[in-house]
Amino acid sequence: MTQASFFPGGSQAARGLLARFPFMPALLILIALIVLNGVFEPNSLSYRAIRGLVSTYLALMLLAVAQTYVVYAADIDLSIGAILSLVNVSVIVLLDIFGGSPAMVLLACVAGVGIGALCGLVNGLVVAGLRLQAIVATFATSILFTGLALYVLPVAGTPAPAAFWRTYGGSFFGVPFVFAAAVVTAIVLYLLARARLITQLLAVGDDAQAAFQSGLPVTAIRIKGYVLCGVFAALAALCVTGDTASGDPLVGGKMVLNSVAAVVLGGTALSGGFGSVVGSVIGALIIGLISSLVFFVGTPSEWQNLVQGLAILIALMVGVLVGRKDKS
Amino acid sequence: MSAAPQTSASGTGQFAQSAAVAKRPLVIALGLIALLLFTGEQLSPGFASLDQILRLLIVAALLGIVAAGQNLVILGGREGIDLSVGGIVSLSAIIAGNVMAGENGGIVPAILACLLAGSFFGLLNGIGVTLLRIPPLVMTLGMLGVLQGLLVVIRQGIPSGRAAPALSEFVSQPVFLGLPGIIWLWLGIGLLMAFLLRRTVFGYRIYAIGSNEHAAYMAGVPVRLIRIALFVLSSMFAAVAGICLLGYSGSSFANVGEQYMLPSIIAVVFGGTPLSGGKGGYTGTMAGAVLLVVLQSILTTINIDESGRQIVFGATLLLLMLFYGRGARMRG
Repeated sequence: MTQASFFPGGSQAARGLLARFPFMPALLILIALIVLNGVFEPNSLSYRAIRGLVSTYLALMLLAVAQTYVVYAADIDLSIGAILSLVNVSVIVLLDIFGGSPAMVLLACVAGVGIGALCGLVNGLVVAGLRLQAIVATFATSILFTGLALYVLPVAGTPAPAAFWRTYGGSFFGVPFVFAAAVVTAIVLYLLARARLITQLLAVGDDAQAAFQSGLPVTAIRIKGYVLCGVFAALAALCVTGDTASGDPLVGGKMVLNSVAAVVLGGTALSGGFGSVVGSVIGALIIGLISSLVFFVGTPSEWQNLVQGLAILIALMVGVLVGRKDKS
Repeated sequence: MSAAPQTSASGTGQFAQSAAVAKRPLVIALGLIALLLFTGEQLSPGFASLDQILRLLIVAALLGIVAAGQNLVILGGREGIDLSVGGIVSLSAIIAGNVMAGENGGIVPAILACLLAGSFFGLLNGIGVTLLRIPPLVMTLGMLGVLQGLLVVIRQGIPSGRAAPALSEFVSQPVFLGLPGIIWLWLGIGLLMAFLLRRTVFGYRIYAIGSNEHAAYMAGVPVRLIRIALFVLSSMFAAVAGICLLGYSGSSFANVGEQYMLPSIIAVVFGGTPLSGGKGGYTGTMAGAVLLVVLQSILTTINIDESGRQIVFGATLLLLMLFYGRGARMRG
């Protein structure tokens, strides 16, 4: 099993760049997609269209970021979709009971983030604490969280109060809320990237045994990773709530696999220890832009899913091939 | 008649080379099944009746056949996993329904078409994982997206097919010794898998690449070829399950296969094959599939809301996982 690179002639400089910015291939794919979108539908580059894209895909971006933090430590979270659903319905039901005044909206959001963190804690305790296999254990917790979401709101439909979606879809001093939220998120991610926890997660993912032997509390670090994941999944839930303006106990289910795909597209290794949240955000945008491009080139509606699936598969392959670390 | 899979299970366990490894999870699974059946009988008399158990075994057989392929891929190691099986099951059910279109004469062509389609996608998975060295999770996840898209296209173009009467009979009516055909098929697959894994060079090579791929490669095992074969087999088992599912439900409807994706992995884990691969076997997985189905069935018997059912199901799965291979504690 030779570990030679797929591009044997790859120059040292390119390798160095890739090691420092693992999201480079994803960025190139993203730029190509933006250009293609612009070619096939010039309006897709308009301010309005970009704003629409961001408000639809901000949730997937945050969910991909959430997934990244556990993948850093070589874990995975298949329950983030269920966490998203649970937070979504909890916020909606809280607001339905206590009324939708602005202060209450804020309180409900805080409560939602708390629920997300709690779910993350459960995942962390189960996977790292009880040492169960992450894939199957988080699948089990996803069933548990989905059950809780169904308990909170058995059927989809309760609307969000106007204060909620008007804020999400509105503007402040001419700046759309979603852009402001994206910028704030970017700053938070930038600060987080420098936090000790992120470095520790990467160390655990790279070699848990070595991390343990150098004195890191591996179990605690992995649990914290899951809590962080839960918090970001909750933030994604708030975006979904703002975007759809209603509660749906199953809304997050179909987003789980996309979050994993976005992480991989962004150049983060599922084996842990290597990657970036910037890449995951780009990966989420790639998924969004692929579906809009498929629409803009005039694909018949029944073929759109297939073309989209093929495009994502190819993008995943390209990302993995180009982004492969040379281990030899 | 719950004894059917049990006897075959302990039978293969006896001549298993790694009996010590395979036995414990098998005993746990069988014990839990007995416990659940007893509990179910207490909760609702008739739960453990012969008829009811046969019905459970039919459902378990559908899951168990998918899990056979999943088991092979997982045994082969290197984070082997096949998330595309759900898509293959759905695709196969649709192809089979349309090729046979309710006619008995169409069964054989339908089976051939499904196996062909299955092996095609399995081959793509295998090539992606070996030659392009894409991690299996990523490759099969991408393939699942493609299959879901393909299903949308197919469903637009053609009506949802119908099962041939003979196929429906084979799946749900007794054909021999009071057992439905699908249970005989499942037992046959169980024997085949036991033979394949314990008595053939191919089987030993699967364990070899699963426990130490590099050593196997150095010893001359055609690692890539075997891994490709595992993915092809996985898709073919999923295709067989899709045909049986068509016979079970009568007609092929949207995304019927989705429900098998993660449960097939859980069945393998409950059967004592760790996701890291290299050890375990199919006999345990069969018990794991029965365990999962009995558990689900007990929850539908209890008179609680869907939400409560899911909460109990999720919590019980976590509890059961504690009985199986927990990771090693970190040591300095």
